[in-house]
Amino acid sequence: MSQKVLLNEKEVNIILHRLACQLIEKHNDFSNTVLIGLQPRGVFLADRIAKILREDYKVKNIQLGHLDITFFRDDFRRGEKPLEANATQINFLVEDKNVVFIDDVLYTGRSIRAALTAIQSFGRPNEIELLTLIDRRFSRHLPIQPNYRGRQVDVINNEKVKVNWKEYDNEDSVYLIEK
Amino acid sequence: MSELSVNHLLGIKYLNKQDIQLIFETADHFKEVINRPIKKVPSLRDITIANLFFENSTRTKLSFELAEKRLSADVLNFSSSQSSVKKGETLIDTVNNILSMKVDMVVMRHPNPGAGVFLSKHVKASIINAGDGAHEHPTQALLDSYSIREKLGDVAGKKVVIVGDILHSRVALSNIFALQLQGAQVMVCGPKTLLPKFIDSLGVKVETDLRKALNWCDVANMLRVQNERMDISYFPSTREYTQQFGVNKELLDSLNKEITIMHPGPINRGVEITSDVADSKQSIILDQVQNGVAIRMAVIYLLASKIKQ
Repeated sequence: MSQKVLLNEKEVNIILHRLACQLIEKHNDFSNTVLIGLQPRGVFLADRIAKILREDYKVKNIQLGHLDITFFRDDFRRGEKPLEANATQINFLVEDKNVVFIDDVLYTGRSIRAALTAIQSFGRPNEIELLTLIDRRFSRHLPIQPNYRGRQVDVINNEKVKVNWKEYDNEDSVYLIEK
Repeated sequence: MSELSVNHLLGIKYLNKQDIQLIFETADHFKEVINRPIKKVPSLRDITIANLFFENSTRTKLSFELAEKRLSADVLNFSSSQSSVKKGETLIDTVNNILSMKVDMVVMRHPNPGAGVFLSKHVKASIINAGDGAHEHPTQALLDSYSIREKLGDVAGKKVVIVGDILHSRVALSNIFALQLQGAQVMVCGPKTLLPKFIDSLGVKVETDLRKALNWCDVANMLRVQNERMDISYFPSTREYTQQFGVNKELLDSLNKEITIMHPGPINRGVEITSDVADSKQSIILDQVQNGVAIRMAVIYLLASKIKQ
């Protein structure tokens, strides 16, 4: 198993700030916007973006939720392992809100498809956008594209993109791992 | 550990501690789901479940049906009073006929102990025991323990007394197994005639004085006197039973601590429990009902995930 650094800590930091600025450009004061981190790994990115918006750009009233899509996935009973759920924490309705889904890696698009269904349990949003740190090009199974992307990478099928976060993995970095 | 060790839920005695932990953790997620504005998830779209009730039930049947529908399963309901069972059809024939309609899972309540185990050996479907005679009622015990965990933080180390008709109760037996598996201490309390012989061989304390039992426990699970299962008289009168084994507000207030009151339902108000106790803040009876749906969703989900396509 070999691995290659795609992004180091400095590059991750620059990209996160750029993504935060792009969100501000579109959503102004976030008065009608909610950020939704997708479980399991998207919530780390969502928490970080929300922190940057609050602390570095002084945006108040950021509404942040975590959405688990396990029960909405299309591969129940199809894999070897059972699907394990994570916690959903959404303490608000998304009715008429502008929702931004946040996930670390966009690959086949199936997770986002599940999230689009799952979010309907919390109301009918005005619009839904997608922010991802890494966009794996040419690997989509569904017609889904990000509105905000950190870095686009070309990855072949036996390779995996691993995003690390300081809070949980001791460093901010993105690796390309060959299985 | 993210998979149950069993393919059927026939009784608590077939589960291990990790299974119960997994069911509770999964139920936590479903409890959040059933408190959403839209309380439904599509996980079991391609699963069909038959609810076979060979004995009367209100709450368990509704709770299972709701859990199945919240998971988007297709549901068939069957009750023996309106079926060919009355015409002499055997259990296996009845179930195989239903299964030939491509049913993946069977939830069954049956008056005969061991009916679920018997069925699981003869048919190809995942079986959930929703009560078999005076044997086991595993989902009730799971939701009882889950409610204790929710109210008191943990089941381990807690003292739980089960009061009433232990002899005819499947809830009592499943609760004893489930509580002991999780490290709780269990006591049974009731008139001697309604305590099974050799109940102490299960490692439970036995008490016939309700006040002593309540002073000992953290949680009291009050059971109904199952008159429909009694062929002889086990105590002189209902009034005398209530005087000795009924919980009222006065008795609770005179204890040296505040205990939690549970009841699996249906309640006979004024017999084993008075209305002011059943409706008090010490009572978690309605929480048990709500948790029942989440627990049953968890059990169905986890068993369904083991049915291969």
